[in-house]
Amino acid sequence: MKILVPVKRVPDYEAKIKVNADGTGIQTADIKWIVNPFDEIAVEEALKLKEAGKATEVIVVGIGPDDSVQQLRYAMAMGADSGIIVKTDQGVDSDVASRVLAEIFKKGDYGLIIMGKQSIDSDANQTAQLLAARLGLAQACFASKLELGDGTATVTREVDGGLETITVPTPCIVSTDLRLNEPRYAPLPGIMKAKKKPLEEIAIADLGVDTTPKIKVLRMTPPPTRAAGRKVESVEALVKALKDEAKVI
Amino acid sequence: MSNVLVFVQQTDGEVAKVSRAAVTAAKQLKDKWGHDKLIGLCVGPSAAAAADKAASLGLDQVFYSEETSFQNYLAIPHAAATEQVAKQNDCKTIVAAATTTGKDFMPRVAAALEAGQASDIIAVNDDGSLKRPMYAGDIFADVEVTTDTKIVTVRSTAFEAAEPSGTAGSTAAISVSVSGPEVKFDNYETSGGDRPELTDAEVVVSGGRALKDETTFMEVMGPLADVFSAAIGASRAAVDSGYAPNDWQVGQTGKIVAPNLYIAVGISGAIQHLAGMKDSKTIVAINKDPDAPIFEIADFGLVADLYEAVPALIEEVKKAKA
Repeated sequence: MKILVPVKRVPDYEAKIKVNADGTGIQTADIKWIVNPFDEIAVEEALKLKEAGKATEVIVVGIGPDDSVQQLRYAMAMGADSGIIVKTDQGVDSDVASRVLAEIFKKGDYGLIIMGKQSIDSDANQTAQLLAARLGLAQACFASKLELGDGTATVTREVDGGLETITVPTPCIVSTDLRLNEPRYAPLPGIMKAKKKPLEEIAIADLGVDTTPKIKVLRMTPPPTRAAGRKVESVEALVKALKDEAKVI
Repeated sequence: MSNVLVFVQQTDGEVAKVSRAAVTAAKQLKDKWGHDKLIGLCVGPSAAAAADKAASLGLDQVFYSEETSFQNYLAIPHAAATEQVAKQNDCKTIVAAATTTGKDFMPRVAAALEAGQASDIIAVNDDGSLKRPMYAGDIFADVEVTTDTKIVTVRSTAFEAAEPSGTAGSTAAISVSVSGPEVKFDNYETSGGDRPELTDAEVVVSGGRALKDETTFMEVMGPLADVFSAAIGASRAAVDSGYAPNDWQVGQTGKIVAPNLYIAVGISGAIQHLAGMKDSKTIVAINKDPDAPIFEIADFGLVADLYEAVPALIEEVKKAKA
């Protein structure tokens, strides 16, 4: 069984993101790009399934400009067998991403898609679900545990208030939550090897999908800053402040 | 004239507070985007009772189904019901709370209706655009959904919960036709015990990596939560280290909370954590590092060893309440 893992490049989560001068986007000059952390978890889970003999091949797919190949190479350095880059210089929203990924899925004989529950840039949390609906497949989102059976996947999901377990028929789409696993670091020899792994390039126009974003960003602003508070000297002073000023006790 | 549909989450016939906030957002969208009626949908056991309560929140009509497909939450039947009600009632705007339920099934509705979705909105702007956080809340974006049908999920802490008002609307049972892959619900395990839901609680006490291990975490945070009748939260670092379950995680990748009082214990205040709690009304930080970023947003900061400060705080609060 082949597993398809979408990989998105995002700004480093430790970077402080700032709005550009005309409020149309973010300042990208000094940004370090990384693999979206949830996608890294997806790559790790796919590799584990391959190592356990439950999958034969792990293929990573990215959508973006030439540069985003770097993040695919990183995923291949972790151990993915090959990559596909769908090239575009345009902004891609969740809707467009799901249309592209649906076409990629149809071209290969994949038994499973594992992908991040959200990307830490747009924070939309939509693509896995959109993709599942487009392909008429079941989804198991926010996974903290994944077990493959005979034609099924049993997935424990992180939901409000607890954990829910469902069993879905495969092929299906699994979206990853934080506790699914701890991704490995790409080893140095892996980084060398990744450069020689096959990478297929596809122009987005060749997929024949609607590439009009459904969400238009009109402007970006920094969030309002919270007025600075103060330090209190003791627990007694804290309780007094909570009682007399904040009136929460 | 087209209508607005709001998906109303319910448990045991009670409308979830998060959905009452979604109703408020739906009303604003109805006015701003010139829709005619506000329509609701409730599904699951006791959906009929919940529909009555939802109708009293100022909805014109509430549809409900208690059919077996809704015995437990599953994405495909929920999406099917929402799609069906939207189509049959000319609903061009569809709203739900951005809970793990709304986040899970609403994009399926978007795909089925060729609609764009704005996730997790925090405001409806004067010009009709929607405000939503991006990049862990480092950026607020004003976005426009360009499709005819629009899907919106709502960050419930950013909108007042709707209260019963005026004449209650009508309710009607519906039969939902569900197709697609067969998904089996196996089980649900709750992790919060008797404590309030994180996103609903008036007070949230959260612990960070300074709590050392799972046992210490509960020994320190449990009694603090008890004295405030609070929900317990955790930083991502604490969750990653296995001190607390993931659904306690407060932050960009976890829960977004905005309680009356938020007490951060041994939390340094990484951007991704702040994104989940900085809209709380009063923020207290207890940390022994005076330079911890959490102090920059705390109303009241206490530089102290948490193992001394927390037990002392519990005693003082008991005294103050007595």
